[in-house]
Formats: sequence, C-alpha cells, structure tokens
Amino acid sequence: MATKFTVSNRTGWLMAGPAVLLIAGFVILPFFLAVAFSFTNQRLISPNPTEFVGLENYRQLLGVTTLTLEPVRDDAGAVVMKDGAPEYPSIRSLTRNNPDRPDLAGMREWFSFSSGGDSKTYVLARDVVFMKAIVNTFLFVLVVAPVQAGLALGLALLINQRLRGINVFRAIYFMPVVVSIVVVSLLWRLIYDGQSGLLNNLLGTLSFGLIPPVEWLGNPSTALGSIIAMSIWQAVGFHMVIWLSGLQTISPTLYEAAAIEGASKWQVFRFITWPGLRNTAVLILIVITMQAFGLFAQIDVMTNGGPLDSTQTIVFQAIERGYGKQDISGGSAISVILFVIVLSISLIQRWLTREKS
Amino acid sequence: MALISADNRGLRLATRYAVLGLIAVIFIFPLIFMVMSSLKPDQQLLEDSGNLRAFLPVGDISLNNYTAAFQRAPVATFVFNSVLVTGVTVLLSLLICSAAGFAFVFVNWKGRGVLLSILLATLILPFETIAIPMLLMVAHLPWIGTEGITWGWLNSYHVQIIPFVADGLTVFLFVQYFKDLPGELIEAARVEGASWGQIYRRIVMPLSGPILATAAILKFLVMYNQYLWPLMVVQEEGYRPVMVGLQYFFQLNVAWGEVMAYLSLITVPVLAFYLYLQKAFIASIASTGVKG
Repeated sequence: MATKFTVSNRTGWLMAGPAVLLIAGFVILPFFLAVAFSFTNQRLISPNPTEFVGLENYRQLLGVTTLTLEPVRDDAGAVVMKDGAPEYPSIRSLTRNNPDRPDLAGMREWFSFSSGGDSKTYVLARDVVFMKAIVNTFLFVLVVAPVQAGLALGLALLINQRLRGINVFRAIYFMPVVVSIVVVSLLWRLIYDGQSGLLNNLLGTLSFGLIPPVEWLGNPSTALGSIIAMSIWQAVGFHMVIWLSGLQTISPTLYEAAAIEGASKWQVFRFITWPGLRNTAVLILIVITMQAFGLFAQIDVMTNGGPLDSTQTIVFQAIERGYGKQDISGGSAISVILFVIVLSISLIQRWLTREKS
Repeated sequence: MALISADNRGLRLATRYAVLGLIAVIFIFPLIFMVMSSLKPDQQLLEDSGNLRAFLPVGDISLNNYTAAFQRAPVATFVFNSVLVTGVTVLLSLLICSAAGFAFVFVNWKGRGVLLSILLATLILPFETIAIPMLLMVAHLPWIGTEGITWGWLNSYHVQIIPFVADGLTVFLFVQYFKDLPGELIEAARVEGASWGQIYRRIVMPLSGPILATAAILKFLVMYNQYLWPLMVVQEEGYRPVMVGLQYFFQLNVAWGEVMAYLSLITVPVLAFYLYLQKAFIASIASTGVKG
C-alpha cells in the first residue's frame, strides 16, 4: 500500500511511539543494563561508587577446575586407609590460604570420581551452588521439553476427534493453565505432603500399603522430579491448544484421500499429520524451552532451592542474589548467562529443525 | 452379526469416554480438592485427604476458613490492588499496542521496518533475564505525583503497571491480525479524506473484536498472576497484589484450611470467568502459536 495517501511519518511515529518507547525503556534498556552491570560491582544500595571489575563476576560464577590427588601415604609408602577407603589430602588445605595454589583460593568441591589407580579427581567450583543450579535447570528443561510436548500432542490428538461433549473435556484439560503457578505450587505442596498428602494416601491405597509414604519435596532425590511432574500438569494444556490449532490447519482432503487408499492409523499420523505439524513442533519446542528455563515460582513457593540445593535453578539464584542479597551485578551476570543459554539453544533448535531443501 | 458389531461400537465409544474421563480427573482433582478443603476445619481436612471424602463437601462444613483468612491478612486490599493493576494495564495495553500495530501495518513511515524487527527480537528476552537490572532502574526513576517530583518507583501502583503496558507479543498479534484486514478499505478511506484517527476509531477498531479479546485475555492472565515482579518492588502491604499476599499464609504452622480458602477466593472467580468465555480463552492461546 505504498501510495501517497498512506505515507505519513508523523502519524507513524505518533501511533507507534508510545509502544516503541515503553518497550525500549522496559525491555531493551534493562537488557543492556544487565550486560553493563555484569561487568561492575553494582549493588542496589551502596555507599561506595560502582567500579568496573571486568569479567570478575563471571569468573566467580563459572570458575571450575579439576584437581587430581594421590592418596596420602605413610612413611613406608603404603596408602593410609580411613574407614576402609584410601585417605586423600584435604581439599581445604589447598583452597584456603595455600601460598602454593593461589589459583584454587576460595574454591569448593563440587564432585569427585576415582581416576584410575589410587588417584582421585576432584572437580572444584568457585560457586558450587550455581553449578548445581545450572545442572538442575538443564535437567528440568531436558525432561519437561520432550515430555510436555509429547503429552500435549497426545492430548491434542485425543481432543481432535468428533465426539459428543468433547468440548467439555477440552475445557477441563485446559483449566490448570488459567490458574496461577503460585496457587498451583501451594496446592501441590499439600498433595505432596509427607504425612497427610493426597499422593501418599493414593499410592498407599493402590498398593495396599506396600508403598511407604515419601516426603516428596523433602527428599533430594524426589524433589526436582515432583516439581517437574507438577509443572507439566499445569502447563500441558497450553501446548495442547497450540498443537490443536496446528492440527486444524491440515487439509481434511488429505485425510479423505488416505481413507480411500486404506491407510492405517499409524500411516495417517506418520505421513499426513506429523509432516503437517512441522512448524507447530518447532514453535512448541522453542516456547517450552524458553518457559522452562524461567523456572522460579515453583521453587520459591515449594522448596526454596532445597533440600541440599537439589532444586536450585538459574533464575532462583539470579533473584536470590540480585534481590535477596541486593547484589545487582551478580544477579545481572546470572541473567546474561541465562540469556546466552536460551539464545544458543533456540538457535540450535532452529538449525536442527530447519527446512532441508 | 449386526448385533455384535453394534455392541462393539458401543464398547469402543465407552472406552473412549472412559479414557477422556480419567484424564479429566487428573486435571481437575487438585482444584476440587482445593475448594472442598476450604470448607473444612484443619483437623478434618488432613484426615479426609486419606480417602475420597477429600473431594466431597461432607463433615463439618462452614465458611469459617474464609472469615479467618480475612482476619489474617488484608485480603480485600490485595484483591482490589490486583483488579486495579490488571484492569488498568489491560486497557492501556490494548490502546497502545493496537495503535502501534495500526501504524506498522497501515501507515507508511520511515523506520517502521527496522523498528518492527527490533520489537520482534525482544520476544526472545525472557522477563527473568531483565528483572534484576529493571529493579535497580525503577528504584531510581522519577515520578511526578501529588507531592511533586519524587525519586524511585518502589511501592506504588505504577511500578506494577507501566513496565507491562507494551510488549512485543501483543504488538505482534495486532500486526498479524491487521495484515489480514482488507487494506484497500483503509486506502479508500484516505482517498475520501478520512483522518488517521477516524480510520483507527471508525474502521479498524470495530473490525478488531476478536484480536482485542485475545490480547486482553493474554494480558489479563499475565497480570493477574504476577508474582516475581511485585515480590521485588512492593514491600508495602497497601500495594500488594493477591499472589504476593499468599505469603501471609506461609507461616511455620501452615493453617491449610485458611490457605485453601484464600486460594479458592483468588482462583475460583478466574476459573468461572474462563468457563464463561472458554472459547475466547482457548482461541487466544492458540493464536500465540500461529507465528513462524
């Protein structure tokens, strides 16, 4: 419509201006501030002037090194045993005020493994909690993205049939999406409760008392899994609806042709439905991944990162630092790391799912 | 033979409904549990969670938990704050984002292509990555109010509203919708001498019912459910929204009956609203999936 009647610089700027200014001020500017603050020691309130510290914040967060130690030997050269296992020099003696290893100062043990023979390799991190947060967040995303996308597709296929009253079921499956994740988290805290939780009672009844009650959120091995299950329960309806709108773009004539050819249900799905959902699949994967990396409210309401840091996440760490400890620079550095992760993953997903021509 | 096959069809149909029903139970049981529990005293609530009574309004039923919740926290204030913040944000957002969408689609001006791509690029910025620097930013912004110029937006309504009025997704949804409207109509109106304001108000807005509903519903869900942001920027009770108000019920010995009453109070109206406008809600979520 590039005619002289529709040209108007003044109108364009006047009408788009407010939205452009607000987005520039409250989305784009904060993002660049995050990058800028991450190279300083900025705090929310501080008597001292802000200083440029280079990559220090990133070094503090991401510093990881390995250390291979030989077991302690006595004067005769035999390995000293302690509680039936070889004893190793204490990590603390190396990381605290050790003039020989200034590079290890302030680091803590993250995990260790035996590395052939008697020697043992320790992985040390400057910020063990943040490392755990990264691992937990990736675990969360790696489970939630495929499982939630898959379940949502299953539900969409189920809902996409002609059946009396199907809209009622669609409405119910979608219901948790409308409920705040904060409300859902608090509700599920009672369902997961160790003593009188619904889940324990249900499992106990179904197994005739064979399954003992579990403290779902109080146990490091089940806490993250419980949060994953609940998160999927809450959000799966959202992606079901997106799959459904993808399904409805597929031309019915294709299905009619398949029926005439006598195609099996699996063939119909494999050769008509799935190819027709290609773009939807890419979109859903990217959206779920982005949403999953933002994991925060569930943690804040249900576990506060515990037990034993088993539910620490990247965003929870960013908020705990930036807001809890008023360490704006540390929180900003975490935000930038999160952004780089999200961006790289969505670029990789886009590249992997690109149209092959 | 005919009889058997008819039976088979009946059985298949019954199985289908059974599967659908079972899944429905999975999605709805926590919500029924929530509402039923809100009517029971704590002792009975915990005892009932061992059996099906958890989902039934039986035993010592009363509204006592609701009264207690109102005594524990200024619930009415929280609800008022949430309704105010959500309502104002939704209205401003519809106005500002639809105007922007209009400018991007119908008006020819220098810079619109570049600006639109920049706005779209902001879609990959999760709010969580900008929340911390924005906290510092709003703590120092000036505001002109009844007391003249003040510094810092913390503890106010506008700190909860202004950052969320415009966003890339809403503008994008309007752009997508406007692109499908007949552009000749707008051009013809210009030729006839209609002003841009008239075209926006008299031609485009009356045709925009569905997209306005979609944008309003999406914004409503985001704003009513806000948690992280108000948690950080509002410490004063008088400005807190409902989700942050939940913290009053987190105390060491959780009074579950009161918690469930508060949860029901802030959730059931939204669920009712959703069930009433079900088609529009689902269509609005579906429309976020048509990009790409």
